[in-house]
Amino acid sequence: MARKLSITALVLLVAVALALPAGAQKGPIKIGFLAPMTGGAAQIGKDMTNGLQMWLEENGHQIAGRKVEVIVEDTQGQPNIALTKLQKLVESDKVHVLAGGLFAHVGYALAPKVDQLGVPMLYPVMAADDLTQRKPSKWVVRNGWTSSQPNHPFGEYVAKTLGYKRVVSIAIDYSFGWEQVGGFQKTFEEHGGQIVQKLWAPLGTTDFAPYLSQIKRDADAVFALMVAQSALRFPKQYQDAGLKAKLPLLGGGTTFDEFVLPSLGDEAVGGISALIYSAALDTPQNKRFVTEYRNKYKKVPSYYSEVCYTTGRWINEAAKAVGGEVENRDRFLAALRKVEVPDAPRGPVKLDAHGNPIQNVYIRKVEKKDGELWNTVIHTYPAVSQFYKYKPEEFLKQPVYDRNFPACKHC
Amino acid sequence: METFVRRAPRAAALVAAVVLLALPPFVSSFMLSLLTQALVWAMLAMSLDLLLGFTGLASLGHAAYLALGAYSVGILTTRHGANFWTALAVGVLLAALGAAIFGLVALRATGVYFLMITLALGMTVWGLANRWVSVTSGDNGISGVPRPRGLPFDVSGALPFYYLVLTAFVVAFVILWTVVRSPFGKTLVGIRESESRMRTLGYHVWLHKYVGFVIAGAGGGFAGVFWAYYNGFVSPADSELATSVEILLMVALGGRGTLFGPALGAFVIVLLKNVVSIYTHRWLLILGVVYIGTIVYAPEGIIGMARDWLKARGRAQLRPAPSP
Repeated sequence: MARKLSITALVLLVAVALALPAGAQKGPIKIGFLAPMTGGAAQIGKDMTNGLQMWLEENGHQIAGRKVEVIVEDTQGQPNIALTKLQKLVESDKVHVLAGGLFAHVGYALAPKVDQLGVPMLYPVMAADDLTQRKPSKWVVRNGWTSSQPNHPFGEYVAKTLGYKRVVSIAIDYSFGWEQVGGFQKTFEEHGGQIVQKLWAPLGTTDFAPYLSQIKRDADAVFALMVAQSALRFPKQYQDAGLKAKLPLLGGGTTFDEFVLPSLGDEAVGGISALIYSAALDTPQNKRFVTEYRNKYKKVPSYYSEVCYTTGRWINEAAKAVGGEVENRDRFLAALRKVEVPDAPRGPVKLDAHGNPIQNVYIRKVEKKDGELWNTVIHTYPAVSQFYKYKPEEFLKQPVYDRNFPACKHC
Repeated sequence: METFVRRAPRAAALVAAVVLLALPPFVSSFMLSLLTQALVWAMLAMSLDLLLGFTGLASLGHAAYLALGAYSVGILTTRHGANFWTALAVGVLLAALGAAIFGLVALRATGVYFLMITLALGMTVWGLANRWVSVTSGDNGISGVPRPRGLPFDVSGALPFYYLVLTAFVVAFVILWTVVRSPFGKTLVGIRESESRMRTLGYHVWLHKYVGFVIAGAGGGFAGVFWAYYNGFVSPADSELATSVEILLMVALGGRGTLFGPALGAFVIVLLKNVVSIYTHRWLLILGVVYIGTIVYAPEGIIGMARDWLKARGRAQLRPAPSP
C-alpha cells in the first residue's frame, strides 16, 4: 500500500514538475560537507571549508544556474561521528552531493555507508591508497590523491637527480605514513637506492630525540613523513640534533605543508618534498588563487584549501553536464567521474579508470622569500597517475603498502 | 502527596518505555539512528554503573570491553561470515575473559590507583587495536560489517534494527537489575559503603568485586557487539581513553548507583553531542557547561536531583533507586 502510494505520489510529482517552467520547480543544490571543526585537526577543517567557501563566493553561490546551499558538519576527526553526520546530511538534510572528510580511517568508514545511501561523495583529502585501488566504492569519487602518488616520482627523483644512494626513513606510524614511505621506497630502490633504516613514531609524537639518536649517520639523506603537530616540531629538533648540516632532509608533502610553514623558521629551509600542490606554483591560475585567498583569509592556502576549492568547481562542472539535474543520482555520479579540470590552481586534473586523479606532482624545496617560507617548485612531473609508470593490473597484484611492505632489505 | 512521590518514578519509567517503544516509527531516520546509538551507550553506561555506582570502583578502561565486543563482530562477520549468535557469544565471552584477566591486576588497587591501572589496561587494548594490524587492520579499522544475520526476522532496515537493539537494552537492563537487587548486589553496595565492615562480617570482598568486575566487562562487550553492527565499522577510536571518559561522564551525569540514571545520561549526551553540534561548532562549550553544572549543582546526577526534589516535595523517604 505504502509503495503504491509513493509511486502515485512520484508520478504526480513528475507530472507537476514537467508542467512547471524549467528552473522554477527546483530548490537549491545542497552540498553536505564533512570536516573536523573541533579537536586536534580543527585548523585543517578550517582550511578545507575556506577553500570551498571561496569558490562559492566567487561564483555567486550558484552551480549550474541553481542556488547552492552548503551544510557543514563537524566530524571531530572521528569515524563514528563522521558516520552519524553523514547519515544526518543524507537523510535529514537531503543533500544532493557530499564532500570532504579527513583521515584515512574516516575514509574507509564512510565508503560502505556512502554506497549504501547511494549519494555521490567527493573525497578531496582522504588519500588512503586502497579507496581507489583494491577496495573501490561505487559512489565515492576521489578528486584528491593517493598517499603514495607523489612519492612514486619522488623516489625516482631522489635516486636519479639528487643522487642519494642510502636513505633513512622516519615516519608517523599509521597507514598514511606506511603508504608514503612504501611509495617512496618502491621507486627509490628500483632506481638503485637503498632504504637502510626505517623508524616509526606514533601518531602525535612531539619529542623525536629517541628516534633522532638512532638515525644511521652514514646515510646520504633522511626521508621524514610528518603530519600536523609532529610537522611543527620535527625540523627544529632535527636541526638541534646536529643532523641538518650532515644529512639533507627530504619529506612527504605534509612535512613541509603550507599549513605548517608559517610556524617554522630557518630550520625548515632546504627541505625537499613532493606533493600535488605548492602555493608557490608559478601559474596565473595559482597566483590569482593565492592572492585572493590571502586577501580573504589572511593566510597562505594549503593543499587542503586548494583541493576543496577545486571541489566546488568539480561539482559545478558535473552539475552543468547534467543540466542541473543533480536529483538524477546515477547520471550525476557518471558526470562527476567524467569531470576534467584543465586549469585548477594545482594544474590539470582528470580521473583515471580507477577513479583517482591523474595530475602533476611537484618536487618542492623550502626557500625563504621576503621573510616567508615557500615551497619553490624545482621540478614538475606532469600527469602522474596513482600507478605511476606501472601497469594497473601489475601494480594491484602487490599488497597495499604497510609497515612491512616493501620489506627493508638493506636494514 | 505521598502517593505522588511514590508514583512519580514509576510514571517516568512508564513514559520512557512507551516513548522508546512507540515513537520510533514516526521519527526521522536520523533521529532513529541517534536513538539506536543512545541505546547502545545506555547499555555501556549501565554496565559501568555496576562498578562505579554500586561497588564504588571508578574504572577508566571501560572502552576496552566495548572494543573487544566490537572487534569480535568486525572480524567474525567480515572474514568468517559468522551469524549474529556466534558473534554475540564470542563478543561477550571475549570481553568477559578480558575483564577476568584485567580484574586480577586491577583489583589489587583501590581509589585513584584503581583508576590509573584500569586506564593503563584499557590502553593496552587500544595499543593492540592499533598495532596488531594483521588482525585488527590497524588504524584503518574494519569496514563493511553487515547487519546481523541468522535471526528469525530481517533486521537490515533501520527500524527493525532499532527494535533489536531495544530488545538487547531491555535484556541488559533486566539482567543488571536482577544483579543489583540480589543479595550479591546488596553485598556490592555494602562493600562500597565499608569494605572493612563487610570483611569483618565474613564476606569474601575480593571475590565479590571480581565477579562484579567481570559482569561489568561482559556487559561492555554485549554493548560493543551492537555498536559494531550499528556502525558497520570498527576502529581503534572505539577503545580510546576519550570513549572511556565519556562513558564515565554518562554515569555521573545521569546519577550513579541507579541504573536508570546512567541510561538517561547516555541519552542526554548522545543527543546533546549530535543535535547541538548541528547548530553550533561551539557545542563542546555547551557540553562542558553541562558537566560542570552537574558536578556543582547535582553531584548525584539528574536522577539524584529529581529524587531530592521529590523528597523535598513529599518529605517522604524514597528508596535509593526508582522502580523501572
